[in-house]
Amino acid sequence: MRRVAIGLVFPFAVVVLWELLGRAGLASEDGFSRPSLVAVALAKSLADGTLLQQTGETFISAVIGLLIAAVTAVATGAVLGLFRTLERVTTLTVEALRPIPSVALIPVALLVFGFGQNMSVAVVAFACFWPMLIITISAVRGIDPRLIEVGRMMGFSLATRIRKFALPAALPGIMVGFRIASGIAIVVAVTVEIAANPRGLGYGMIVAQQSLHADLMWATLVWLGVVGWFANWGLLALERRWLRWFWTQREA
Amino acid sequence: MMRRAAWAAASLAFLVAVVLAWKLVADAKLVNPMFLPAPDRAFATLAGWIESGELWDPLSKTVWRMFAGWIAASLAGIALGAAIASSRRARDLFAPSVEFLRPLPASAVLPPAALLLGLSDTMIVSVIAFGTVWPILLGSIHGFKALDPRLTEVARMLRFGPLQRMFKFQLPNALPEIFAGMRVSLALALILTVVAEMLSSQPGLGHMVLVAARAFRSADIFAGIFVLGVLGFLTNSLMQYLEAYLLRWRPAHSGG
Repeated sequence: MRRVAIGLVFPFAVVVLWELLGRAGLASEDGFSRPSLVAVALAKSLADGTLLQQTGETFISAVIGLLIAAVTAVATGAVLGLFRTLERVTTLTVEALRPIPSVALIPVALLVFGFGQNMSVAVVAFACFWPMLIITISAVRGIDPRLIEVGRMMGFSLATRIRKFALPAALPGIMVGFRIASGIAIVVAVTVEIAANPRGLGYGMIVAQQSLHADLMWATLVWLGVVGWFANWGLLALERRWLRWFWTQREA
Repeated sequence: MMRRAAWAAASLAFLVAVVLAWKLVADAKLVNPMFLPAPDRAFATLAGWIESGELWDPLSKTVWRMFAGWIAASLAGIALGAAIASSRRARDLFAPSVEFLRPLPASAVLPPAALLLGLSDTMIVSVIAFGTVWPILLGSIHGFKALDPRLTEVARMLRFGPLQRMFKFQLPNALPEIFAGMRVSLALALILTVVAEMLSSQPGLGHMVLVAARAFRSADIFAGIFVLGVLGFLTNSLMQYLEAYLLRWRPAHSGG
């Protein structure tokens, strides 16, 4: 409790200093809107629903892109993890595609989908695919080979073997990949909106900036931080609960 | 040795097959050529850029911004991290703020920066520095914090001054974590450079590919993406090489 209080001292000091500088006229109102004005703008934007609508747009793009990436990456990763030969053969291709910065795909997504949700979804899916693929491959490869052998001996088809043996055993690893990817998803969704896509929280900040509404811009930024923090916290809690369920199931 | 060569050849063959498949799909016009140019067209565009020298100006500007911002972030991150890790009180005071700011999208700094600094080169480099400092700062805090108490003891016995202790024990001890942070930040720096160039219309690779998209020149886009991919690959390899070289004294370097 005491440590939390100490941790709050610094942000609190920054806010107070900012407010005082603003009131004394030392920080330009056009850029550094005072915290009190930012709070008013935040409340107003929350009340009229703009902020919530933008949050919805950003999150839906992030979630759809994340899910597309999760499904494709886990399926591909399970196959590549189970068959060492395939994995080795595709290594160079994966290593050639992976370093492409996700935002480099914004122009392609813009060309193919035009402005709108699908453009964000495509870039988010590309960005989330690679970390999940790599983690799934290593999680599947880390499974006890005897388990896979049992599945093969029992004459199960490949699909059943993946579903019943490989995926459950690799799930804890895959969950870690999912959490990493979900952080990436929100960041990329906001980034696409800032760079090109006229929707969501990212664009909301750009519009506020270009129309010189510094208070609204800072309010959106603060809101984004709060929402992102809670999303991360929620995912951590979910993962912990889910993993506990997973281990107790296993022991039973 | 032979087997490794065989795998490498198979891996290369697969990549070539993928490019050939891309060419077949594009030539058969299975996908609208406005979206997907044939690979040879994209490479011809790239060759044209190299020949005419058109590529160097945007490429050098992008690389310069990326490294300027990243190096500034590295220096600031290492120094601040060492300061924050040096005392328990400083850690309690600042670490929670760092943890809170870290998940914030780095690109979210762009609108405030554009408002305060205008659409300039300074703005882009500042955004890259501010956006990429967090992984380095966190790595530095953890790295400096994790000094084995026995080493502190040794430093005291040897009567090291604070500077000697810093450069002989603490910094080498923190380096692996700092490098891990710097590698994450370098990838982030490239992303931020591209986004900032797209937003600010400053000449650079990011601006170049976005303009190509607006003019529906798909071959230009793919050539640009190829250059960005190579840049991402080269910078990451460079960092890995540097890391392995500078940490070669570590007895059990796990390559992590």
